[in-house]
Amino acid sequence: MADRITDTRTTRQPASDALAGARAARDSAAKRTRVFLLAPAILTIGIVGLMPLSIALVYSFLEPGTYGGVTWAFSTDAYVQFLFDRDIFDDSLTFSTSYLSIFWRSAFLAIITTIGALLIGFPTAYFIATKPPAQRNLWLFLVTLPFWTNLLIRTYAMLLIIRDEGFINITLQMIGLTSGPIEMLYTDGAVFLGLIYSFLPFMVLPLYASLEKLDFRLVEAAHDLYAGRVQVLRRVILPMARPGMIAGCILVFIPCLGAYITPELLGGGKKLMIGNMIALQFGGSRNWPFGSAAALILMAMVLIVLLIVNRSRADAEVSHG
Amino acid sequence: MADATETRKTPRAKAFDLRRQPGFAAAAWACIIFLYAPIVVLIVFSFNDNRSVVRWTEFSLRWYTEAFANEGIQKATWMSLKVAFVATALATTFATMAALATTRVARFRGQGIVFAIINQPLMIPEIVTAVATLSFFSLIKQATGWQGVGFLMLAHTVFCIPFAFLPIRARLQDMTITLEQAAADLYATPWAAFRRVTLPLMAPGILAGATLAFVVSLDDVIITLMIAGPGETTLPIYILGQIRRGITPEINAVSTLLLGLSLLLVSLTFLLGRKRSRA
Repeated sequence: MADRITDTRTTRQPASDALAGARAARDSAAKRTRVFLLAPAILTIGIVGLMPLSIALVYSFLEPGTYGGVTWAFSTDAYVQFLFDRDIFDDSLTFSTSYLSIFWRSAFLAIITTIGALLIGFPTAYFIATKPPAQRNLWLFLVTLPFWTNLLIRTYAMLLIIRDEGFINITLQMIGLTSGPIEMLYTDGAVFLGLIYSFLPFMVLPLYASLEKLDFRLVEAAHDLYAGRVQVLRRVILPMARPGMIAGCILVFIPCLGAYITPELLGGGKKLMIGNMIALQFGGSRNWPFGSAAALILMAMVLIVLLIVNRSRADAEVSHG
Repeated sequence: MADATETRKTPRAKAFDLRRQPGFAAAAWACIIFLYAPIVVLIVFSFNDNRSVVRWTEFSLRWYTEAFANEGIQKATWMSLKVAFVATALATTFATMAALATTRVARFRGQGIVFAIINQPLMIPEIVTAVATLSFFSLIKQATGWQGVGFLMLAHTVFCIPFAFLPIRARLQDMTITLEQAAADLYATPWAAFRRVTLPLMAPGILAGATLAFVVSLDDVIITLMIAGPGETTLPIYILGQIRRGITPEINAVSTLLLGLSLLLVSLTFLLGRKRSRA
């Protein structure tokens, strides 16, 4: 605290050798304070958050133990297993797409969920941004609140609504629109619906943040120049909301890709996503090296997406001058 | 559609708002209904006096009494609170210290890395963190023979830190340094200035950070599911186990309570923040 306060006062005085020495001493004291203040957070996250990732990397190159865990022998089986089935009799390898298809399914579901969330989230965020400031906070609060509630319970609530004896089916039958239940639970559609439901707030918030800063005089100018509403939206509003759109898409895509609870409850185990497959390796089917490898591949996918987005963002900034 | 509204510039067209986009209001309302309808159905039917979770018969608190009497639920609740309190205390303390070191100071070397490390738990998919932490802990448990709920508390602390850090840092950024300078001019020692000036001013941010950390810890499923040992079942894990076995109205009651607690805490934080920004 105090070092910063003295900072502003001493800088006004002419520098002399004695002062320079005092300043050096103060700077090193400031550094010590900083290290002391940062140490607990950095050490906790470093040791319990980052170190495990390197352990996972090591594990992915080991052989699985019989009852979970690992046997300390080098092996690349975990990675080979992704693409090939090993024949248990003659040890020959045949190409297999079973795991690839789980990754593909997850990526596909994450992509369509992101698009769906964008289609609902954009008009919502725009609507909130054009409300009078007094009402904006309340709307934002309503959109954010579900994020702070338990994801498991929200998914369970969704399950109550869409299952065969669920709210929608019972209501439809009571009105007489359908005679039997429409099967919604344990389908890809259910997982898709659940994912949008879970992560929609992540899309609205960054979109709102960039739309709120939008200079609506530009919209007026566009109208003055005879642009229709659709043109204004496409040529003025959407380009200026781009940073928010990118941020929202990332925030929805990443948790979707690694989703566990939603496919578990709404996909009913039949519709596996990467997250469930990884969890299975550490539970029932017990192949820790393979699970570690899958987790690392998932992380690599996330990092690649982030890198691509970062690069395209940097390019966009350059092209704007 | 868009052109129709534009050409109708009758005197009544005071409602003509350049910023309006057709259908966007409807989308916003649909979004809110979509987000809340399932929760409302869950809450309403937890008060239903019937084994069926969806056919309404009569209002009753029957499932709440049964839930309260359930020993499994009691134990799980206790475990959840224990873990959440310890994780919140540690995470909030660490986050406050880190916020003091990184806010209102000249940029220092390695600041970017510090932020990256603190936000790391938010950047990595939770399932990856969960299985990696499981591997790491099992290695330590094998090597040292240590056991216990401490591991779970530590894992919760890690992902609570960024959630506590954000509001605390935001609060600090909004504070001017002039009051502390005044304190120093009046011969307050650095510690006295911190305790009597900085800390009280920071308090709302710290409270908000602690609340968010508590809620996040209370709600965690994936990491807890992976690393919790036998006898360390938290409430969400208990609920997940029950859902897998079949849906009972008792689960609706417990879920409603847990949901209500999160809603209450977060709403309080929101109101507190609003009062502050008005003042």
